[in-house]
Amino acid sequence: MTNVTAILGRNKNLVLAVLCLGGAALLPLFFDPLSNVTDNFITAGAYVVMALGLNIVVGFAGLLDLGYVAFYALGAYTVGWFASDHFSPVNGGHGIHVLAGKFASTLPGIHLNFLLILVVAVFIVGIAGMLIGLPTLRLRGDYIAIVTLAFGEIVYRFAVNGDEVTFAEGYKLSNGRQAISPIDSIDLPGLPPFDSALDLRPYFWFVLALVALVLLVNFRLRDSRLGRAWIAIREDEVAAASMGVPLVKTKLLAYATGAAFGGMAGAFLGSYQSSVQADQFKFGFSIFLLAMIILGGLGSIWGVVFGALLLSFINTYFIPDVFNSVPRQLGLDFDLTVLNFGIFGFLILIVMVLRPQGLFPERRRALELTEGVGAGDATFEVRAP
Amino acid sequence: MSLPAVAARAATGDGNRPSLLSTEQVSKTFGGLVAVNDVTFSIPQHSIVSIIGPNGAGKTTFFNMLTGLYKPSVGRIVFDGKDISRTRPDRITALGIARTFQNIRLFATMSAVENVMVGQHARMRSGLIGSILRPPRVRREERDVRARAHETLGYVGLETRLHDELAVNLSYGDQRRVEIARALASEPRLLLLDEPTAGMNPQESDRLTDFMRRLRDERELTILLIEHDMKVVMGVSERITVLDHGEKIAEGDPADVRANPLVVEAYLGKQS
Repeated sequence: MTNVTAILGRNKNLVLAVLCLGGAALLPLFFDPLSNVTDNFITAGAYVVMALGLNIVVGFAGLLDLGYVAFYALGAYTVGWFASDHFSPVNGGHGIHVLAGKFASTLPGIHLNFLLILVVAVFIVGIAGMLIGLPTLRLRGDYIAIVTLAFGEIVYRFAVNGDEVTFAEGYKLSNGRQAISPIDSIDLPGLPPFDSALDLRPYFWFVLALVALVLLVNFRLRDSRLGRAWIAIREDEVAAASMGVPLVKTKLLAYATGAAFGGMAGAFLGSYQSSVQADQFKFGFSIFLLAMIILGGLGSIWGVVFGALLLSFINTYFIPDVFNSVPRQLGLDFDLTVLNFGIFGFLILIVMVLRPQGLFPERRRALELTEGVGAGDATFEVRAP
Repeated sequence: MSLPAVAARAATGDGNRPSLLSTEQVSKTFGGLVAVNDVTFSIPQHSIVSIIGPNGAGKTTFFNMLTGLYKPSVGRIVFDGKDISRTRPDRITALGIARTFQNIRLFATMSAVENVMVGQHARMRSGLIGSILRPPRVRREERDVRARAHETLGYVGLETRLHDELAVNLSYGDQRRVEIARALASEPRLLLLDEPTAGMNPQESDRLTDFMRRLRDERELTILLIEHDMKVVMGVSERITVLDHGEKIAEGDPADVRANPLVVEAYLGKQS
């Protein structure tokens, strides 16, 4: 018996993860295959993946990123480019197909299997993450946030105006505010193709697998050589460099790893919604994700999961379905959904005043935020000339 | 002239032992301010050498150049035959120089053991993929690094019950111990201590002096010390270099330096 408790104690997070994910996997069986609940959970799952990715950059390495939406966008456009008829003239109109599903194989355009798309998305977005990381290496604190904000805006502008950016006849960067649609559904080897018109549950289980993956990466990186180096950099760059931590490489790895999960979630959502459209990638979405991890507790993995689920459900369920009639009952005539970002802002304000360390704070962050511990400020020429 | 020859020539004071680190006419200016001016200096292997000087003499700036936090404006720094004047701090640590800071700079919200584990960063190999997949090699490395961290903390005299305590909660003396352990963890050949006895009482200073000798003898370390406590400096150093207004004004064994009128003047002012 003591043996069991000892093992439970040591692997507390593993046990909790297995219970949560296992319980969640059973959830859609209690609902209709096309239930709204399942739909909301799928979106929430994708948001959890993105929030945990952002948590690596902001929570672990302490690099405030206000442009995370750019990685979501690049992931979504990866699936838009490589799993639709967006590039229809390619190969003389016959299309290029790599392990694509039976139906997709008959269509023009580029069609890769979704698992390949995930790999490509991780690759593209990981590189984009490093590109955004490079100009921030000489900066600290708020200035990093400004550069990342600009990066998010640049990607959004390219997405909006991408229909004007043509490489050759029929090859456009994006469809701008018109969606790239339809997008191939996920078709995994050995399984029947997913079909969001018939059954949402496979999508649910797929996103659950992504959540499991990003949880594993978060937990393992936190307790590793790299995770310790991130905390060290966050606390005191000069001391970290003096202890042998290479600043450039360590920071870029944080950006790339964090971004990669934004790309995965973006590719998944693009395929699930069967549409990629520029206005999904506005600046507000970066703040929405940041709000999730601040609400849950910066750096706290379970806190971030909770924050992402909570805000996602406020956005997709509580505001449009539960409280939407409130203004009318008060004699006002407007739709509560137009105020959603105002409501998130208000929530963050309340959290900042009452509990700045978040709902489930991580022990270190709680110390930093409530007692002002940590953070070195001296400037040194710690980079290569 | 080859590098070792230059290093050997620079090794003044102790002709028999080759120098581990030497600087050649190193200067550092910040805008119009000359913080360190034309300092040539060397540290023989397995010695304890001190730098002293009044406040603002450029001692810490000099330290920061040796560890790569500042690049010298002019001059060269040679460690073990390699020019490290423009090498990044983390590379210098990997080459074998470790330091402590004048105002303790531990990672406050990490435990004592975690602090020392960060010190071993340069001696570890697991990267991003290894950290995620955790193959046996990575698990073994992690276990060994943790065990060695506990061992190092024991060596510097931190009580076992405090090993998992957050650095911020440790007493001042214990924080100094952890900082030395963190520096030792990178397996240095040269250890730079920036005012290690600041804030210590005489008994604690004595113990630290003994400990520095132990480090030199048991761990075959070379130690460079910045220190204000003259009892410590005179007791432990084989050679002392005196800086004033960024310039080297005297060098020699403790007795020489104590008798040097320039040193007395730097500390007490000119006799009128």
